[in-house]
Amino acid sequence: MTFWLVLTVNSITFGGLLFLLSAGFSLIFGLMRIPNLTHGSLFMLGAYFGATFIGGYLTLQFDFWVAAVLAALSVAVFGAVIERLLLRQLPGQQMAQVLVTLGISFMVADFCLLLWGGDPINVATPQGLAGFVRAGPAVFPLYRLGVIAIAAAIAAALWLLLDRTRLGAMIRAGVDDPDMARVVGIRVSQLFTIVFALGAGLAAFAGVVGAPILSVYPGLDQDMLPLALVVVILGGSGSLLGSFVGSIIIGFIYNFGQALFPELAYFVLFLPMLLVLILRPQGLFGRFVP
Amino acid sequence: MSALTVNNLRKSFGGLHVTRNVTFEVAPGERRLIIGPNGAGKTTLFNLITGELTPDSGSIALFGEDITRVPSCRRPHLGMARTYQIITLFPHDTILHNVSLALLGLTPMRWNPLINMRRQRHLQEQAHEALRRVGLADIAERPLAQTSYGERRRVEIAMALAQNPRLLLLDEPFAGLSIDERQDVRQLLMTIPRDVTIVMIEHNMDVALEFAERITLLHFGEVIVEGTRAEVVADPRTREVYLGH
Amino acid sequence: MRRHQIALLAAAVALVTLPYWMSGVYYINVASQILFFAVFALGLNIIAGYGGLVSLGHAALFGISAYVVGYLLQHGFGHASAILGALLAGLAATAVYAALALRATGIGFIMITLALGEILWGLAYRWISVTNGDNGINLHGRPQPFGIDINSATAFYYATLIVFVAAVAAVAVFVRSPLGAALMGTRDQPRRMNALGYHVWAIRFWACMFSGLLTSVAGILFVYYTQFISPQTLALTSSAEVLLMVIAGGAGTLLGPIVGAGLVVVVKSVVSGFIERWNFLLGAIFVAIVILMPEGLVPGTVRLWRRAWQGKNGTSP
Repeated sequence: MTFWLVLTVNSITFGGLLFLLSAGFSLIFGLMRIPNLTHGSLFMLGAYFGATFIGGYLTLQFDFWVAAVLAALSVAVFGAVIERLLLRQLPGQQMAQVLVTLGISFMVADFCLLLWGGDPINVATPQGLAGFVRAGPAVFPLYRLGVIAIAAAIAAALWLLLDRTRLGAMIRAGVDDPDMARVVGIRVSQLFTIVFALGAGLAAFAGVVGAPILSVYPGLDQDMLPLALVVVILGGSGSLLGSFVGSIIIGFIYNFGQALFPELAYFVLFLPMLLVLILRPQGLFGRFVP
Repeated sequence: MSALTVNNLRKSFGGLHVTRNVTFEVAPGERRLIIGPNGAGKTTLFNLITGELTPDSGSIALFGEDITRVPSCRRPHLGMARTYQIITLFPHDTILHNVSLALLGLTPMRWNPLINMRRQRHLQEQAHEALRRVGLADIAERPLAQTSYGERRRVEIAMALAQNPRLLLLDEPFAGLSIDERQDVRQLLMTIPRDVTIVMIEHNMDVALEFAERITLLHFGEVIVEGTRAEVVADPRTREVYLGH
Repeated sequence: MRRHQIALLAAAVALVTLPYWMSGVYYINVASQILFFAVFALGLNIIAGYGGLVSLGHAALFGISAYVVGYLLQHGFGHASAILGALLAGLAATAVYAALALRATGIGFIMITLALGEILWGLAYRWISVTNGDNGINLHGRPQPFGIDINSATAFYYATLIVFVAAVAAVAVFVRSPLGAALMGTRDQPRRMNALGYHVWAIRFWACMFSGLLTSVAGILFVYYTQFISPQTLALTSSAEVLLMVIAGGAGTLLGPIVGAGLVVVVKSVVSGFIERWNFLLGAIFVAIVILMPEGLVPGTVRLWRRAWQGKNGTSP
């Protein structure tokens, strides 16, 4: 019983991390109609930045949360630069844009290897959340519960942003019909940059928040990108609710899969994606078939 | 037996009903014109007939055979060919290759991965013949990218005719043509023998009216008026649809 | 046409005599690598170039065949059954892969193939009881086709050359065939092809199967060459490398993937001799080619050459 309870909490925690990662991925996909293959790299880059800020390698040592925000901002700027300088060169050529994001992901991965080396970096749990919570026989690390709370808060904030603000209305219009949005006078190209930066920042933030659980290592990008892909194929592109539900589902399947059939855990992820592709190609909450 | 029977066809996208209970019949050899203002659902109707869209309900029959459930790529094999309002040709290839693809589509040879397509004498001769019919034989080897808009319209028609259809669906064959080009296409359509039934969507009334024998007027996805050319032109509802807005 | 034939003859002579003028086992091995990667790239080019379906998981299909060879040899099967088993497994995997990925086209196809490739990579990595995980599977020795020993670099080069020539010939025949023309038609105007009576899905499916066959053949050559297979072979970087070969050389051309394979293998061998930063360079070349020369080197060069030649003769196109 305790085992299952702990596994459930771990699944929700991982689902929360996946949501932070895939919400931006899904919005970028919905708006620009491209899967951003640098998304795993942005997650990893954020984690490395965070680890550096926290570890005090730059003479200054930052608090965990300050470091997370700083990492998110730096990677958001990096994302905006990619969008402005490279993707902007290929307007409307989605296939070429995807290949460019793929190329950048290799460059980022190699750059991180050069700078931070091949050994994993462990990031300490932030001080306020270092303890444990006891519930009957089960013991939960406080940090994992904290991650769930943060993910829930950011989900709510994103929902408010999309549902209640002018910017959100423009993004939704762009996701539903980019051509129509252009016609009614929304500056879609500016929107691309904003959403790309937002998505990059969220992914980087997820990287830092995930670091105490996952640690930071070369190949983290390649571990995370497929998960974001599966979440979005499952939940449907461009839908916040879709990435939320998809993340939780994948969080459960991934953790239970690891525990029950460790050798095939990665493969089990494939099953919900398979079902969705066959039964509902636009995803559970998607508005269009990619 | 009718060449084309459309019975109670319905289609909606979300809440938008683009085809509502459309029913009509086209007799063999007839020249039918479908008119209606923009957004009347004319092209949707074509896409339903060719099977590119699946109707929500209703049925379609070709020469008495129910084809509602027949996959769209089988329908050309049953004698249905169409042209597109927006030209959809193969831009990297020659005119001849475009027409050859149309011919190839109906032969089992299209699955052959081993023979050289350019050496298939019969196929090449048929393609040249189809181009002669539309007056493009001289420029058969010209890459499509180097042809004029009017020539491309004729390639569209040549490809449809090359398939020897029993039913030919023409989606605005005069769209975007100059007056001279329009006359060329009109004359080309006049030469099509009577064993081909033609259904045509067209906005350009002066050319189209002369060609049509019967007219179906669509408005908001519904058949408003149907009859001979004179009947439809004289009908007050026609005036209402076109002038009412 | 005559210039074509002379060039073809020159290339054939150069390839056949290569071990005699290219001294050193190292260079002969590089040439072998170029040839089997060219077979792989030719396979990917069938769907990516002629079919317009960009697959980012092809290394997984390549790797499956290589793993099956390794697994069967390890379990006491002979070379003939290992090779046959690898081909069948490769084709079966391709059939499933294609059936899933062809639910979509364009970007959707990229996403699904990427996900499938990553899943198979994860399987190779974690399914330790079968794949031996990160340690991979070692092979011991090469087969002896018709009793000929191909353990030496030169002998293996000739065996690879024969397979390569067969692959090039098969692709050349396919491209000119009605089915090849139909495939290119589905790339340019899928809707029109459907309206002309072609079963677009089936054409794409069979193209995937042909692509998978060439990919499997290349995977078998690869594993016999390196005598080793590990999850790294299935990784996204490997899929990206072969895609780079196709795109850099020129997607949708016969010569492009071969030139691309040569370019990538040579650059990789040269670069890894000096620094370890191959992935950075791979990414940079990718970005540069996509932005600056999207048509690839072969069509780009042909265009420049034609323009220069026509300029000299004063003829218009």
